[in-house]
Amino acid sequence: MKISQFTNETIASFNHQSDMLLQILIKIQYQYSFIPQKSITQLSKKLFLTESNVLAVIGFYSFLHKEARGHYDLRVSNNITDQMLGSLELVELLCDKLAVQLATPRKDKRVTLDTTSCTGMSDQGSAMLVNGLPIVELNKKRIKTICQLIESGTPVNQWPKDFFHIKNNIQRRDILLNDRSDNSEAIRVFLKQGDKKLLKQIEFSNLRGRGGGGFKTGFKWRLCKQTIAKQRYVICNADEGEPGTFKDRVLLTTLPDKIIEGMTLCAGIINEDFTDHSVSGLIYLRGEYQYLRESLEQVLQKRRDAGLLGKDILGKKGFDFDIKIHLGAGAYICGEESALIESLEGKRGIPRNRPPFPVNEGYKNQPTVVNNVETFINAALITIHGADWFEKIGTEQSSGSKLLSISGDCAKPGIYEYPFGTSIKQILNDCGALNTQAVQVSGPAGSTIPAKDFDRCIAFEDIPTGGSFMIFNQQRNLLDMVKNFSAFFVDESCGFCTPCRVGSSLLKQLIDRVHQQSVSNYDLNEIKRISHLMRDTSHCGLGSSASNSVMDTLKYFPKLYQQQLKLTDDEPVFDLQAVLQQARQLTGNDNV
Amino acid sequence: MSKNQTEGTNSDLIFYLNGNPIPFNTGDTIMDAALRAGEYIDHLCHHPEFKPHGSCRICIVKLDGKSASSCTQPAIKNTHVTSNSEEIIGQRKSLLQMLFVEGNHICPSCEKSGDCQLQALAYQNKMLSSHFNQFFPKRAIDASHPAVFIDFNRCILCELCVRASRDVDKKNIFWIDGRGINAKLMINSPSGKLRDSDFSINDVAAQICPVGAILPKHQGYEIPIEKRRYDKQPISVVEIDCQKRSQD
Repeated sequence: MKISQFTNETIASFNHQSDMLLQILIKIQYQYSFIPQKSITQLSKKLFLTESNVLAVIGFYSFLHKEARGHYDLRVSNNITDQMLGSLELVELLCDKLAVQLATPRKDKRVTLDTTSCTGMSDQGSAMLVNGLPIVELNKKRIKTICQLIESGTPVNQWPKDFFHIKNNIQRRDILLNDRSDNSEAIRVFLKQGDKKLLKQIEFSNLRGRGGGGFKTGFKWRLCKQTIAKQRYVICNADEGEPGTFKDRVLLTTLPDKIIEGMTLCAGIINEDFTDHSVSGLIYLRGEYQYLRESLEQVLQKRRDAGLLGKDILGKKGFDFDIKIHLGAGAYICGEESALIESLEGKRGIPRNRPPFPVNEGYKNQPTVVNNVETFINAALITIHGADWFEKIGTEQSSGSKLLSISGDCAKPGIYEYPFGTSIKQILNDCGALNTQAVQVSGPAGSTIPAKDFDRCIAFEDIPTGGSFMIFNQQRNLLDMVKNFSAFFVDESCGFCTPCRVGSSLLKQLIDRVHQQSVSNYDLNEIKRISHLMRDTSHCGLGSSASNSVMDTLKYFPKLYQQQLKLTDDEPVFDLQAVLQQARQLTGNDNV
Repeated sequence: MSKNQTEGTNSDLIFYLNGNPIPFNTGDTIMDAALRAGEYIDHLCHHPEFKPHGSCRICIVKLDGKSASSCTQPAIKNTHVTSNSEEIIGQRKSLLQMLFVEGNHICPSCEKSGDCQLQALAYQNKMLSSHFNQFFPKRAIDASHPAVFIDFNRCILCELCVRASRDVDKKNIFWIDGRGINAKLMINSPSGKLRDSDFSINDVAAQICPVGAILPKHQGYEIPIEKRRYDKQPISVVEIDCQKRSQD
């Protein structure tokens, strides 16, 4: 099909809505491996946007490109857990075998190789995306086969099926994963008991957000309900981007009905009345999980057919609610709820200023609830089984259970569901982790837990977590982790505010120099100073948490840094050769 | 536009800035109220006539001990705001230094010297060096327009031109492209050059740049350096005087 025809049809399929720009661009990207200039011009004309607006959106998302990427677009996941499983060597092997350089399309436009932030497959890495589809358990043999398939021009849908087989790896079940309730039960309870009673129930259960923030879910719903408006939105944050986490992927695979049920319940509860007020739903699915989209669409359709979604749900007049799926396109920051809303509106994912909060002015400036996948399931379960049932599990301040995505140095990586209050020691024991040096809880933005603290527990009042749990044994150099994380934040900073945009790069330079043993005490103090500055002055949580791992490791593993010191002085290290090298590059004169 | 300044203030509504009581109206940010009361809080991306942005973070203050950017933070009754502690000044200086090393700034020979808010704030905060290693980014200059030239080397991504062109001029000429440290100012025209846009020197966006990124052509150094706006008095004094004159 001609580019102009495809672009026109895509625009038409999204009803010429300019807020669908990102969704339209994603479709064009997957069709052509880039966004052709012709499409950009057409988009700007048909959607009444400037060309620069379209370009600005393309420029923000890692998975959108202005240059052709070729028939095979490979992105190797470069989370530290992938690297621990040998991804760096595999990337080298790919470069070698395919005769490509990173991020540069091969001359014959057949293939582009790139790295990407964690693809959510840490329990079965190394992983990569091929034209957006995940391949797991990469090893040299698989890489060699992949290179052959590429050189022979075999279409991706004819590649060996087992390459794409994603395991759920559920290792421990508790209240959530053990639940066998009917997929309409929460809605039936809602219709019987009504919004006021159930909202109180959710509040009483002490359910807190499972994405990591820990905001009280019932309170969030109440705030949204109280805001005067005709239109409200329920948004499911399935932009699971925290490196090392993959529990939402497993929930979206195994319990999609319960997620949608939880969203429907929320819609019912936050609606003021069913006569002239409406609520709509959106699922923001991270680009890395687009392979799940089709099955999710099927579940949505099944529920519509069963009267559990759509008009007059379960016969209740005016209880109308439906859900659309939006895709992300490679931007960690879009997991932040206001950036996610911007992205849903088809814009660059820059976090908004607050106030106003999304519960008052969210998607399309209407009151909006944004909750994590796991939170919606919990809300549905509380409705079915009662707040008492839920409150009994966990600790006083942290009710219920938490799904952990366990990866790294252990015998049995995968999904573990634990009641809050479970100790790190117990978790390590259960997953078969030996000689553990440290655990990184909640991803690069979380905390590094040293062995002396393994008696501490997973709980909002102790070690809060969104679910990422990466294990490092005694043989690992934790500086590799810190280096990996610092590069992650450089890649993922949105660039809006000064401290995060510039600070993350400065921090990376210093951490790289620690790695190269080219630092002094002065430089270590600089790391601390920049870290504090980013923590205190950044616009959003990304910048303020970007230095957590370096600060934690400096605190708990000072020797790690001390042994890298070139000078113990309080003066910066001055490396003449490095500076000259920079001068040579700048002047293009090797005689400098 | 900023909040209605003729509206009487409710005498109950007061917060304390560095110990001084500052009256405010419902809906005011800390910055709005402070400027109206004649108290200057250092800032770059903020402009009273535009919607608060909060990106440069230069206006960072402590609000009852917690960090907040005063241009976006609503004023809260009876709170204590600190903008002049050693810690805040140190942080502000570091942020200024970050802006300096991120771009290529050539103060001694820059046409904007003495009129530049970045430079003036650096003086005001006693910034004696750029401290961090220079990034030395490679950025082209756009001298294509007959009346205005753009030196991207000096752009600090405050987005004032973006907002002015979008919200006031209604031309949408400036956009931000890229992400993170690769974020950059982009011009909306078929060639990407300013010449091919409908930009005019009379646009608000042509006058609003706080640094020397957007400069008029053909009028270099008409006022000698040392006799310019911020050469004679610190930016805090100049801006508050200016504010008072506009209120009279």
